[in-house]
Amino acid sequence: MTTTPSIEILRFNTCGSVDDGKSTLIGRLLYDSKSLMEDQLEALQRSADLTGGGQINLANITDGLRAEREQGITIDVAYRYFATPRRRFIVADTPGHVQYTRNMVTGASTANLSVVLVDARQGVTEQTRRHACIAALLGIPHIVFAVNKMDLVDWSEARFLEIRAEIEAFLPKLDAFRDVKFIPISALHGDNVVDPSRNTPWYEGPTLLRHLETVHIASDWNLTQLRFPVQWINRPHRPTDPKLHDFRGFSGQLAGGIVRVGQQVLVLPSGWKTTVREIWTPEGIEPEAFCPQSITLVLEHDLDISRGDMIVDPDQLPGMNTDVLARICWMHTKPLVPGRKFLLKHTTQTVQAVVSSIEHRLDIATFEPQPAPAELQLNDIGEVRIRTSRALIYDGYHTNRMTGSFILIEPGTNATVAAGMLRPPLEPAKLEYTDFVI
Amino acid sequence: MRSSYQLDHLQYLESEAIHVLREVAAEFERPCILFSGGKDSICLLRLAEKAFRPSPIPMPLLNIDTGHHFPELNEFRDRRARELGARLIVRKVEDAIAKGIATPAPGEISRNRLQIPTLLAAIEEFQFDACVGGARRDEEKARAKERFFSFRDAFGQWDPRNQRPEVWNLYNTRVNPGEHMRVFPLSNWTELDVWEYIRKEKLEVPGIYFSHNRLCVRRQGQWLAVNDILPPRPGEEVRELRVRVRTIGDIISTGMIESPADSIDDIIAEVAAARVTERGARADDRTGEAAMEDRKRLGYF
Repeated sequence: MTTTPSIEILRFNTCGSVDDGKSTLIGRLLYDSKSLMEDQLEALQRSADLTGGGQINLANITDGLRAEREQGITIDVAYRYFATPRRRFIVADTPGHVQYTRNMVTGASTANLSVVLVDARQGVTEQTRRHACIAALLGIPHIVFAVNKMDLVDWSEARFLEIRAEIEAFLPKLDAFRDVKFIPISALHGDNVVDPSRNTPWYEGPTLLRHLETVHIASDWNLTQLRFPVQWINRPHRPTDPKLHDFRGFSGQLAGGIVRVGQQVLVLPSGWKTTVREIWTPEGIEPEAFCPQSITLVLEHDLDISRGDMIVDPDQLPGMNTDVLARICWMHTKPLVPGRKFLLKHTTQTVQAVVSSIEHRLDIATFEPQPAPAELQLNDIGEVRIRTSRALIYDGYHTNRMTGSFILIEPGTNATVAAGMLRPPLEPAKLEYTDFVI
Repeated sequence: MRSSYQLDHLQYLESEAIHVLREVAAEFERPCILFSGGKDSICLLRLAEKAFRPSPIPMPLLNIDTGHHFPELNEFRDRRARELGARLIVRKVEDAIAKGIATPAPGEISRNRLQIPTLLAAIEEFQFDACVGGARRDEEKARAKERFFSFRDAFGQWDPRNQRPEVWNLYNTRVNPGEHMRVFPLSNWTELDVWEYIRKEKLEVPGIYFSHNRLCVRRQGQWLAVNDILPPRPGEEVRELRVRVRTIGDIISTGMIESPADSIDDIIAEVAAARVTERGARADDRTGEAAMEDRKRLGYF
C-alpha cells in the first residue's frame, strides 16, 4: 500500500483571444520556472536574431509547427510539460479563435483547471465569455482569470476590479466552478506569473504559479460511485503456470469510485450480481483500488462478460438507455443535420447511433439557447437527442466526466465529428431480474 | 483502508499508459510494439507486461535495425525479448537497400531517412494496423502536438493539420485497410518521469546509459563514439573520455555526454539539473528547426 503521494499532476489549459498573450504566458511559466533548456533558449535566440531584432519572443517556445510559424498563429492543441518541487504540470495550449472551439474542447476535456486570459485594455470580450462557457460545459472544476497586460493600464487596481466585477456578474449563469481566482499579471514582464510583482501592492493573492501549485485537486475524481467499464478480457492462452489455467480477469480503468475485495458488484447490462475475488493493480494484488487506476478484476462467478459491459455498485446504479439527451460540440466541416447515423464511442463500448433531433444550439457568448436550429455547424455547441443500437450505461457528465462523455465517429471516413456530454439519466437502470444471483 | 485515494504522478501516468495499451489490444487486429532497447521502449515494455499480466504481451515486438545501432543495444534488445518470451521481428535497412525498398542518395551515410521506407515495408509485410511506440511529447516541438492515437494514411504519412481531435480518454482507433495507427502511451511522460519509473520498477537498462570510458571524436560540436562505421578523419580530435549517452540514436548521430553518472540515482540527479534537452544531443534533430516535422510527415517514428 502506498503512502500519501508526494507529487501530483495538475492538468490545465490556457485560453484567450489571438493577441491576449497565451503563448507568451506559457513561455514565461517555462522560462521563470527554469524549465527551458539552453538549446531551446539558443534556438530562440537564433530566431530572435534573425527575425525579432534581437528580442527573444517567448511565444516561439510553444508555437511548434511550421505552418504556425509562417502564419504566426497557434493552429492546434500543443501539450507542454514542466515541474516544480510541488507538482508536475501538463499544459494544453489551446487557440483562441472563434472557429477553434473544437480545439479548446479538446484541450479542456482532460483539464483540472482553466486559465482564461483577459487583456486588461480590452476587458471582458465575447471571447472571454466563450472561454468561460466552454470551461463550464466541460466540467472543469477550477478556473483562473488572468488579467494580462496590466503594465499597459498602469497597474490600475480600479481597472482590475472593474474586469473582475464584470466576470463575477455572469459567472452565476454558468453555475459550474468549484473555485474561481482573479490574478493581475504581465506575461511579457513576468509580474505575478512566477514571482510576485512590485507593481501590484494592492494585490494580496498568490502568483499564478503559486495558485497552480496549491489549488486543491484531490477531490476532482469521482470516488463515490463505482464505475468499471470492462475494456479487455484477460484469459491467458496456454499458461505455463497451471494455476492460471482457469484465470479469467476483466481489465479496465476505474471510471469512478473505489472497489474492494469481497464487495458485491453488479454487471450491466445483464444485471448479474457477483463478488470481487481479486484485484490486480499495477502495484500488484491489492485489497482495493480506486479511480482512475487501471486494474484487472477477478470475480467469484464465471459470468459471460465482454468489452463494453460495466461493473457497478448495486446500490448506486447508473442510467441505462437507448435514448439519451446530450450536449455536443460539432467538430467537422460538414454540418450535422438530424437523422444522420454515426458510430458512438462511450466508455469502452462503440454502438451505432442516430441523431434524432437537434433541440437547440447554444450561443456560448450569451449562454442563451436558440431553439430548433436546422443544423449544427463546425464549432457549434448544441443539445441533441440520440438513439443508440444498444443501451448506453452512463451518468450525467457533471457527475462523472468519464461515464458521461462520448465521441461521434463518421462511418467510412472514420473522422471524429463530435464530442458529447450526456445529460443526467432520468432514472437509474431498470433490471429485468433484480434478485438474480448465480 | 488507505489514508489517501490519490495517485502520484508516476501512478497516474502508468494508469493512463496501461489504458492506452489495453485499448490497442482490444481494438486492433494486428498491433505491434516498436522496441529498440532504449530507455523509453524499456518502460513501454514494462507497462505492456503490467497491462496484460498474467497473460503474455499479446503482440509482437518490431525493431528496424539501421545497421548503425550500438551493438550493446541490440544485445540488450534480443535478450529482453527472450526473457519475456515475446516474438521479436527485426527488419534491416541493409536488406531494404538490397531489395530496392530504400535507396540512399549519393554519398548519404546516415540511415536515419532510410529507416522510414524500411519500417513502412515491415508494416505492409505483416499487415500491422497499429504500431505502439515510446515517443514522448516533451521530446520535441512537433511531437508536442501529436495524439496518443496518431493516424497514418495509406502512404504512412502524418498530416499535422488534419489530426483527429482527441477528447477525454476516448480514442478513435478506427482505420481503413492499408492505413494504420501509431500509438504513443508515453505521450505525457517527460525524460525525468522515464528515469524515475526505471528506478521505481528496478528496470535494467543497457550499460551505455551509464558512465564509461570511450574513444570519442569531436565533430560538429559534439563527441561521437569512434567505431568501425565512424572512423576519425585526418586532423580530427580524438580523446578517451568518461561518457554516457542521454538518448540513443545511430552511432553516427548520437552525441556522447561527459558524465560521471554511473547509477540510476546519478542519472536522475543529472537529468533534473540538466540545462539542455535530450534531443539537443542528437545531430539528426539539429539539421533544421523543422527537422522532426519533416521526417514525421513522411512516416518517421
